[in-house]
Amino acid sequence: MSTYQTGRLTSQELAAEPFGQRDLAPERIDTWLAIAPDGRVTVFSGRVELGTGVATALAQIAAAALGVPLDAVTVVMGDTALTANQGYTAGSKTVQGTGPILHSAASAARAILVERASARLDSPADQLTVTDGAVHAARDPSRSVSYGELAGEGFGATFEVAPEAEEPGAGVSAPRLDLPGKIFGGVSFVHDLRLPVMLHGRVIRPWVRTPTGAGARLIAFDASSVDDLSGNIQIVQEGDFLGVVADREEQAIVAAARLRVAWSEPEDLPAQAELFDWLEGLPVSEHRVLVEAGGVEDALANASRTVSVTYRFPFQAHASLGPSCAVADVQPDSTTVYSATQGVYPLRDALADLLGRDPATIRVIHMEGAACYGHNGADDVAADAALLSRAVGKPVRVQWSRQDEFAWEPKFPAMSITVRAGLDKAGKLAAWDYTVRTPTHGSRPSGRAANLFAGQLIAPGTPLVTPWRGGGDRNAVPIYDLPAHRIAADWVPMGPLRSSSFRSLGGFANSTATECVMDELAALAGVDPVAFRLQHLSDPRARAVVETVARRAGWDAPLASTLGAQRGRGIAFMRYESEFAYAAAVAEVTVTPVAGAIRLDRIVIAQDCGRVVNPDGLRNQIEGNIIQAASRALLEQVAWDDHHVTSLTWADYPILTFTEAPDIEIELIDRPEEPAFGAGEVTTCVAGAAIGNAIANATGIRLRTMPFALAPGANAPS
Amino acid sequence: MTPENVQITVNGQRHTVAAAPATPLLYVLRNELELNSPRFGCGLGRCGACLVLIDGQAAWSCLVPVGEIGDAAVTTLEGLGTPEAPHSLQDAFIAEQAAQCGYCTPGMIMRAAALLAATPHPDEETIRTALAGNLCRCGVQQRIVRAVRRAAEAQP
Ligand code: FES
Ligand code: FES
Repeated sequence: MSTYQTGRLTSQELAAEPFGQRDLAPERIDTWLAIAPDGRVTVFSGRVELGTGVATALAQIAAAALGVPLDAVTVVMGDTALTANQGYTAGSKTVQGTGPILHSAASAARAILVERASARLDSPADQLTVTDGAVHAARDPSRSVSYGELAGEGFGATFEVAPEAEEPGAGVSAPRLDLPGKIFGGVSFVHDLRLPVMLHGRVIRPWVRTPTGAGARLIAFDASSVDDLSGNIQIVQEGDFLGVVADREEQAIVAAARLRVAWSEPEDLPAQAELFDWLEGLPVSEHRVLVEAGGVEDALANASRTVSVTYRFPFQAHASLGPSCAVADVQPDSTTVYSATQGVYPLRDALADLLGRDPATIRVIHMEGAACYGHNGADDVAADAALLSRAVGKPVRVQWSRQDEFAWEPKFPAMSITVRAGLDKAGKLAAWDYTVRTPTHGSRPSGRAANLFAGQLIAPGTPLVTPWRGGGDRNAVPIYDLPAHRIAADWVPMGPLRSSSFRSLGGFANSTATECVMDELAALAGVDPVAFRLQHLSDPRARAVVETVARRAGWDAPLASTLGAQRGRGIAFMRYESEFAYAAAVAEVTVTPVAGAIRLDRIVIAQDCGRVVNPDGLRNQIEGNIIQAASRALLEQVAWDDHHVTSLTWADYPILTFTEAPDIEIELIDRPEEPAFGAGEVTTCVAGAAIGNAIANATGIRLRTMPFALAPGANAPS
Repeated sequence: MTPENVQITVNGQRHTVAAAPATPLLYVLRNELELNSPRFGCGLGRCGACLVLIDGQAAWSCLVPVGEIGDAAVTTLEGLGTPEAPHSLQDAFIAEQAAQCGYCTPGMIMRAAALLAATPHPDEETIRTALAGNLCRCGVQQRIVRAVRRAAEAQP
């Protein structure tokens, strides 16, 4: 029988500030770690855990560099009073970005500890060794002094980051430190926070949506409609922001449902059926050529065969399993907010703007939420809680309903990608003209009230700050050896639904379009899709993932047939952001003739993320990316009617379930000599295209609009 | 929603809690008994995050009014096993690292516990079918199936 360590610092303990006033200058060692007299190590990360296991990976790196056992390390993540400002945790680059910092800080601390031990033990440093958090004489382990005894003078010294440092923690599958807590009912999520005095709030929206604001104005509410309810109901209104606060959660839910509210006539949304006409008719706010070489128009004119196609992607929801939740305590001169935000500092500054407070008086503490995969409702609900708490003068917990989350979370925006490409006589690529049309993928808080949904309700029409046009063009530039080419992005205004970052941003759409077109070209050239890709790939690491996935998937062997069904196999490859991890996928599907039901049977992945820090954690991430991307490719689109998002429950927004989930096989190509690349969203980019290519292989029908679905009868045998 | 005294038995203990009888059991478990494992996911019986056992049967605590529990025995993940004396499923979920964010995990374990109690050695298809009403947005399905198989093998 085993027992598990479930003890982790809770936010309440953190709030007691056992660490005192902290400097947080990034060059100081003690910004990143502390060692207590009992030898326990605390690591401070500005990047936060988003359910992917980065806390464990960072603990591994620090433990190995310091020379302490993993269970001696606690990781504190995302707290404006305790951790350095590292912006947002996004792009799945926490290990890639913070790993080298922690490794370097911990190595510097270890050198200091050995120096201090040298004085204590009266022995030259080079004759000392570190074992399990103690320094001892190499020849005589009994002459020993513990880190706890040596740490007293602290670590105010500075250090330098060695970016390519080889992390000795790499390569070991460490069990996740947070899992026992989650498996035995510990306080794990912001949802579990219970302050000694805490009221419950709910917000009331008009169920209408435009990109900025709610699409309808609050005209009036009838307070008498909740008069008879128990729970000391308080109604809070600021502009169009409307909420209720009650003693108990169920009382707040009933009051929010019961409160009679009049909203103005809603603005119309563009018809869902005409989404892509609408998107493709929008004025372009910025046209940017990302790369261009070799005269693509001439090359297209001279090509022996060409394709000209458009791939289309609908609005999709992050659809976190647990709707967003936050707890806020807004007092006249101090504010504390507990949030599953991806950026405690940008949220703090946005809340300061919203509340009209000095940011220095606001402390935002990260607690985990259900995984978000990007910018979901986590920041918005923190603003809701803060406004309600300010109005009632007590701590308030707000949890969005399922319907709140589906209706109001920022979405993956609809995108449209047009590719014109040509082959030369030999069947090799001759021209590649690619344009991605995309609204913004970045409307995070950015320190501005207007980027919080509540801020829009208080000051309708304030333009969102989208500081950054990037993202929609992620993965638009493939790493194939391209002859004449032009790759461009057309940025269009946001709408009809607020859009922001979702796992891999535009990478999911760009790699799907690119890799499906590569298959269309291979078919045109009459070349096997794997061979066609290899003909245009000179990067040896790229070739290795393609060859590995083909071998593992048994690409050259015929696919076992299923009686009365169409079966097919498809491949996709990409290099993330054209410069990080490499991934390739082979998908196998079975399609029911006539009915056109598509089943994803199996998916094989080969991935090269450089040095692998935690192999099992990486596999877990890859598996999750595949399932989620398959779900997006086959099932998901946000729907609406004239005024309302109508995908409000899991019934209206189905995701892949246990009976639909494919078998997954993964080959990791470990490159211990190479830097570690983030892997949290890489595989998302290849799964969709592999599925689309497999459907085309099975049915002869090329689907170019997600979610990939066959109209009944479309694949009837001829 | 005026609280009254309601009696319920949770994880082997009889409690008198203050709650209106119409209150969904979920809020009583989380807010009155301070149990973290039953989680709010949808409130509509469509995700399984709130699953508990009521007299051994899997039940959505988001839908069951606390006033209707009566003498039935409610079991949450906390009552299934502890770090010192874990249930075979808890051991198996850790051994297989069968979670990412872990928000769905308690509901998965409770659903699997109900399955294994009725069918100690289910095949893979039976496991998948039993779990089909439990959603995992992180995509951990393959590991969860493996963990349930492992737990099944560990029992007599
Ligand atoms: S919260 Fe009960 S089934 Fe979703
Ligand atoms: S592990 Fe995150 S929802 Fe299942």
